[in-house]
Amino acid sequence: MTLFIEQCLNGLQFGLLLFLLAAGLTLVFGIMDLVNLAHGSLYMVGAYLAATFTAWTGSFVLGVVLALAATLVVGMAVEVVVMRRLYGRDHLDHVLGTFGLILFFDELVRLIWGPEGLSLSLPSWLNTSIAILPGVDYSAYKFAVIVVTLAVAAFLYVLVMRTRVGMLIRAGASNREMVGALGVNITLLYTLVFGLGAALAGLAGLMQAPILTVQIGMGENILILAFVITVIGGIGSIRGALVAALLVGFIDTLGRSYLPDFLRVVLSPNAAATAAPALSSMLIYLLMAVVLVVKPEGLFSQGGK
Amino acid sequence: MRRLTLRNVVVAALLAALVLLPVYAGLAHDRFVLTLFTRIVILAMAAVSLNLILGFGGMMSFGHAAYLGIGGYAVGILAFEGVPSGLVQWPVALGASALFALVIGALSLRTRGVYFIMITLAFAQMAYYIVAGLARYGGDDGLTIQKRSQFFAPLDLGDKVQFYYLCLVLLFAALYLVWRLVNSRFGLVIQGARSNDMRMRAIGFPTYRYKLVCFVIAGTLCGLAGALLANHADFVSPAMMYWTRSGDLIVMVVLGGMGSVLGPVFGAVALLVLEEVLSGITEYWQIILGPLLLLVVLFARGGIDGLLGKVRHD
Amino acid sequence: MIERNPAAPLLQIEGLAKRFGGVVATDDVTLGIAAGELHAVIGPNGAGKTTLIAQLAGQLPPDAGRIRFAGEDISALPMHRRSHLGLARSFQITSLFLDLSVLDNVALAVQARAGHSFHFWRNARLEAELRQPARAALARVGLSARENLPASALSHGEHRLLELAMALAGQPRMLLLDEPMAGLGPEESARMVGMLRDLKKELTILLVEHDMEAVFALADRITVLVYGRVIASGAPADIRANAQVRDAYLGEQEAGHA
Repeated sequence: MTLFIEQCLNGLQFGLLLFLLAAGLTLVFGIMDLVNLAHGSLYMVGAYLAATFTAWTGSFVLGVVLALAATLVVGMAVEVVVMRRLYGRDHLDHVLGTFGLILFFDELVRLIWGPEGLSLSLPSWLNTSIAILPGVDYSAYKFAVIVVTLAVAAFLYVLVMRTRVGMLIRAGASNREMVGALGVNITLLYTLVFGLGAALAGLAGLMQAPILTVQIGMGENILILAFVITVIGGIGSIRGALVAALLVGFIDTLGRSYLPDFLRVVLSPNAAATAAPALSSMLIYLLMAVVLVVKPEGLFSQGGK
Repeated sequence: MRRLTLRNVVVAALLAALVLLPVYAGLAHDRFVLTLFTRIVILAMAAVSLNLILGFGGMMSFGHAAYLGIGGYAVGILAFEGVPSGLVQWPVALGASALFALVIGALSLRTRGVYFIMITLAFAQMAYYIVAGLARYGGDDGLTIQKRSQFFAPLDLGDKVQFYYLCLVLLFAALYLVWRLVNSRFGLVIQGARSNDMRMRAIGFPTYRYKLVCFVIAGTLCGLAGALLANHADFVSPAMMYWTRSGDLIVMVVLGGMGSVLGPVFGAVALLVLEEVLSGITEYWQIILGPLLLLVVLFARGGIDGLLGKVRHD
Repeated sequence: MIERNPAAPLLQIEGLAKRFGGVVATDDVTLGIAAGELHAVIGPNGAGKTTLIAQLAGQLPPDAGRIRFAGEDISALPMHRRSHLGLARSFQITSLFLDLSVLDNVALAVQARAGHSFHFWRNARLEAELRQPARAALARVGLSARENLPASALSHGEHRLLELAMALAGQPRMLLLDEPMAGLGPEESARMVGMLRDLKKELTILLVEHDMEAVFALADRITVLVYGRVIASGAPADIRANAQVRDAYLGEQEAGHA
């Protein structure tokens, strides 16, 4: 039972982390109509910078804060130098251009940090367990991740529902004239929104760094999940991204934990051992396929984009 | 092909070079160039198949490399399980690719635009993960192919020159097939759907069906390329179908110039030769390739075709 | 010349309704259009004219009501099937195959009615079965000289003519024309009016238009839509004299109209 609760919490934590990543992606698409494949690169940059800054300063918290700020800056720089020239173009151009960025970033990281990858170790005060419920111990760090991501989700909610910027987001404002008519500096807005998206990606990257990995190509792997979540939740919808991310997080985590056992009941141990990893990976794609059949625009879509 | 335009001259030169390559390789005792160009020819075929749906059909599939993997693994798995005959392997490769394309296409074509891109990407990754999870066939590490596909004598795929010419002949056949296809009634429907899908439906075409058939044809053709690739490398691995490989194929199509039958061949040659040249200069060649790609997108959108004077009226 | 028979309408619209959130775009519209008639639908901007056409063509599903064409209930029929029945439409905002040639555009409209297109081998551009009717339609609208140009190279007025040619190429029984004069200069407008006058003799036409001169010159009957409701329907003279219509629409129109 405790294992089940732990796995549920893991699913929640993973889902929330994915939400951070997907929220940034869907935000940028919703406002600027920009498909950004290099979103995963920003995730990677966040992780690498966190590992580096933590090593330099000796402090986990300081390292993380610096990394977040630096990723924000990198994101805004990318927007100014590259993304601006892509607005209004065909999505194919976005895909190709940002694909070029992925190649560039992967190689740049390899040039600076080498091909091996880095590790980011937790400070002792985070590297413990705490008792969530009587008798149920859970990693303090993972719990912290859950708390932080929920706080960010709340922040995004306030941003989207209560502020002027949020109103633009909700209106799916890819209409520049309308935005301009509201007295908003569009150029600045776009840079800030992209920066926010980058910061969210970077935050996701640096938070998972102590748990999972810091290596080249990590962005590409998780980008797919962000895409799946965006498709399931509906492009442009943050609420959709949250629901879908949690769904994906739970199904993937619980699926990987319990599917092998489940299969052993149904199939022979050998067949179960062969099929389990493959089927576990497939689960979220099956979910996506089901959503596609039932509601092709996504669960919370804002209408044809 | 009658007039002496720049493009025609370049095309003729390229085709001549491809045909005569083994002769040059033999004279210069350069085995490497033969290996390189065999790979180029095979990937050109994959790019030609992608161009059918991307350039002519406007379907931005980011999962096309999946068919390279499916075709390749059909050959690899059958070879591993003791079925070395190409007459069994290759039809299986084609059939599996067609089936996968049918299922994925049926689901994905219900969407368009950005959704379509993401969905094709996701399904192809799913295939990647499935294959990587097959421990019996090497999983992540891949699977070595001990013997190439066996056909009747005198056809010996193990002979490098023979194999090259086989690939080249198949590429020419693919080009001819695609050429006929895009100018047929079917092809015009596909092009019309790319140009203005809603109008096509308004005038009476149920475009979904046509796109699906096109999608399956493209996938099958790429599956053939996959079978060839497996033979060429004597090895298959999930990396063949990782999504960044789909990106490479898209780059070839755009670089060459979409919407012309020969464009992808230019693109494949240009990209792969460029990669060779750049990696000779620096280990970190992708740092140059990435921004270069961006520049092409921003300033030379018509690709090589555009540079050679073939205009598209988008 | 088609015999007009108001007792057996070719297109019968019954209680059509459509809303978008809080906005009522089509409000219980009932209308019958006889074969051979040129029926104009007029009204201020936002009256729901394009929405009406979209529902008749099958692009938008109505919330309520029925549409009958030649006696058959087509309310649930998808777009491409309606065109096969002989109901063709042109678009208010030009919707052409801009990167294909002018002739290709029209030939596609012909091809759509020529059975299925799962033919993979023969060069469709060399098929007389497709090219000849296309050329004929182009000749009808006077665009023969431009047939090999990419559609993007045509002027706006020529685009409207191409729209018309495509609608004609499928040899429809009825045309739904959504503001064919939009953006045309006086000379081009006159040309279009002449064309429509000729077409009237062989086809039934539902014409949505703002150009009042054209409407009164061509229409056999006129329906006035305001906020999605029919406020008047009848002969042109009656409509002109109708006080309600003057207040709602014609008054403004004539004030601002040259």
